[in-house]
Amino acid sequence: MSPVVYLDNNATSRVADEVVTAMLPFFSELYGNPSSMHAFGGQVAQHIGRAREQVAGILGAEPTEILFVSCGSESDNTAIRGVLEANPDKRHVISTRVEHPAVLSLCNHLRKRGYEVTLLGVDGDGRLDLGELRDALRPDTALVSVMYANNETGVIFPVEEIGQIVKAHGAAFHVDAVQAVGKLPLDMKRSAIDLLSLSGHKLHAPKGVGVLYIRKGVRLVPLVIGGHQERNRRGGTENVASIVGLGRACELAQAALGEENDRVRRLRDKLEDGILRSIPNVRVNGDREHRLPNTTSVSFEYIEGEAILLLLDQLGICASSGSACTSGSLEPSHVLRAMGVPFTAAHGSIRFSLSRYNTEEEIDYVLAHLPPLIERLRDISPFWKDYREQRVQKR
Amino acid sequence: MWEYTDKVKDHFFNPRNVGDLPGADAVGEVGSIACGDALRIYLKVDDQKRIVDVRFKTFGCGSAIAAASALTEMVKGKTLDEAMQITNQQIAEFLGGLPPEKMHCSVMGREALEAAVANYYGLERKHLEEEDEGRIVCHCFGVTEGLIRKVVRENNLGSIEEVTNYCKAGGGCQSCHQSIEEIIRDVRKERTAEPAAKQPVRETRRMTNVERILKIREILEEEIRPSLQQDGGDIELVDVEGSRVLVAMRGTCASCPSSELTIRWAVEAKLREFVADDLQVVEVKS
Repeated sequence: MSPVVYLDNNATSRVADEVVTAMLPFFSELYGNPSSMHAFGGQVAQHIGRAREQVAGILGAEPTEILFVSCGSESDNTAIRGVLEANPDKRHVISTRVEHPAVLSLCNHLRKRGYEVTLLGVDGDGRLDLGELRDALRPDTALVSVMYANNETGVIFPVEEIGQIVKAHGAAFHVDAVQAVGKLPLDMKRSAIDLLSLSGHKLHAPKGVGVLYIRKGVRLVPLVIGGHQERNRRGGTENVASIVGLGRACELAQAALGEENDRVRRLRDKLEDGILRSIPNVRVNGDREHRLPNTTSVSFEYIEGEAILLLLDQLGICASSGSACTSGSLEPSHVLRAMGVPFTAAHGSIRFSLSRYNTEEEIDYVLAHLPPLIERLRDISPFWKDYREQRVQKR
Repeated sequence: MWEYTDKVKDHFFNPRNVGDLPGADAVGEVGSIACGDALRIYLKVDDQKRIVDVRFKTFGCGSAIAAASALTEMVKGKTLDEAMQITNQQIAEFLGGLPPEKMHCSVMGREALEAAVANYYGLERKHLEEEDEGRIVCHCFGVTEGLIRKVVRENNLGSIEEVTNYCKAGGGCQSCHQSIEEIIRDVRKERTAEPAAKQPVRETRRMTNVERILKIREILEEEIRPSLQQDGGDIELVDVEGSRVLVAMRGTCASCPSSELTIRWAVEAKLREFVADDLQVVEVKS
């Protein structure tokens, strides 16, 4: 077992060895500029073309619908701002309260710029109310942006159902699928999605590369204006090595979608069931039925997440928390708050997110060490004893 | 990831004096689950008012646990008076510093200690606040004006961000930011208006409320009651509400027609001399 048990794959993931191998030539002999007229540069353009096909492959899209960008956030920004600028008469945007900051902060920014933004709420299991969406749509709604799957809880939104509603209304439909690509099968040919964002480093490609899928015919004003790269939709010399790496990573992810994904799901379930069995006062956050196969968000009541992470870190176990103290803000994660997770649990939430690189042995290791660690912190917590003595049920 | 000092890590991974303290003479508690951290501190105090044993329990992050552990090490063996002199800065220094965003952990330690000392003297939590300063300014974290004033004053803070780092106020919905700004301005004005030379000789550091109440009680015990008792009278401290000291006259004083004068000239004057010149003594019948 490696000294690090990495269960934080929704934050970022290990770059696959095959991806590194595919990238290496572009740091040395294949350094040409793909825009150059000479053959030395031109050959590099062919590798980008190949990567575009590979990405299109995992999405069930046409290569011309693939736009390479620098990250998930740029992809989200390009989609949302691009649609708004192309439709200046429409001043209304719909999104959800549980989006990634790349979308949520942008929504706040748009509000300051005079746009009206409706953020849809979620229920206790993190699910949307599609009736609320129907009510929110207006003639001047330019765009609806929802995430495919939540990064904190793994809860999957019914994007195709949402897409039908949005398309019937005539608004553009953007989906932040950063957590979904490589974990769920996607087929843009049979989808109502107009724009879809993905990020390389969540699927074993390096950081610094992302993609925006733009359905043929969707009008968009570019975010980065410059050269003719990416068919004039994003200026700037291509990040060739990373684009090639992302292409290879998509190919690998597609191959892993079946059996490998099932194995990851079994490991996740083993971890989750093991925690629920061996530790009292634990709750799983979010709809367990409609969920990414690799993610579990569990709350350990009456203790605080950062303290749990520090003790896990000492054991070489990497996870993350929705607690206030870890975010640098003072309030627990906006996702858990939107779900109405009680404070007794929200501050003690831990997200474990797996990948195909995790092993059964690692899950056993976590399950062996987690219960005493939780008990140790509960022994320090004044509320645990209060709760045990039934003196205080809720503060 | 936070950059914690080795000392913080040590006190988090190996916290000192964790647990309950059966037969504790005092317990102080601050914070709540909703706020994300809480600290309960138990004290065992001997006849000399010396802290002979101390225990804590914390709900909170690594630095909250470390700050509480550090505090217990700092107060052990000190008298209550000495312990009350510990500032949140000293707790942070003891740990080799805390990340700015985590300074509120040191303030929480200071607050819990003060609550425990108040509890020892049978005082209530409300005595921790100045009159009119019990007003909640930050509703997200339930932070009073009094605490904000105190952290601004004691740590020489100048921005909302710093106030948030030190006591969380303003870290939620941000609707109190204007009030916090006004408090910062107000404290700064107060500082320039009170040059060091004009400071009263009795205390260079502004007394906390608990300290003030304890001082009032001490003056009554040592300076006033003995002389009243010589005449068969007595006085009892009923309560302190901000600057209003509520007392009840006992024995011959209770029926003495000049008790009003006694209060005004003997009690109030003494208290103003030794404690604070804005004190007002009010007689209550009880």
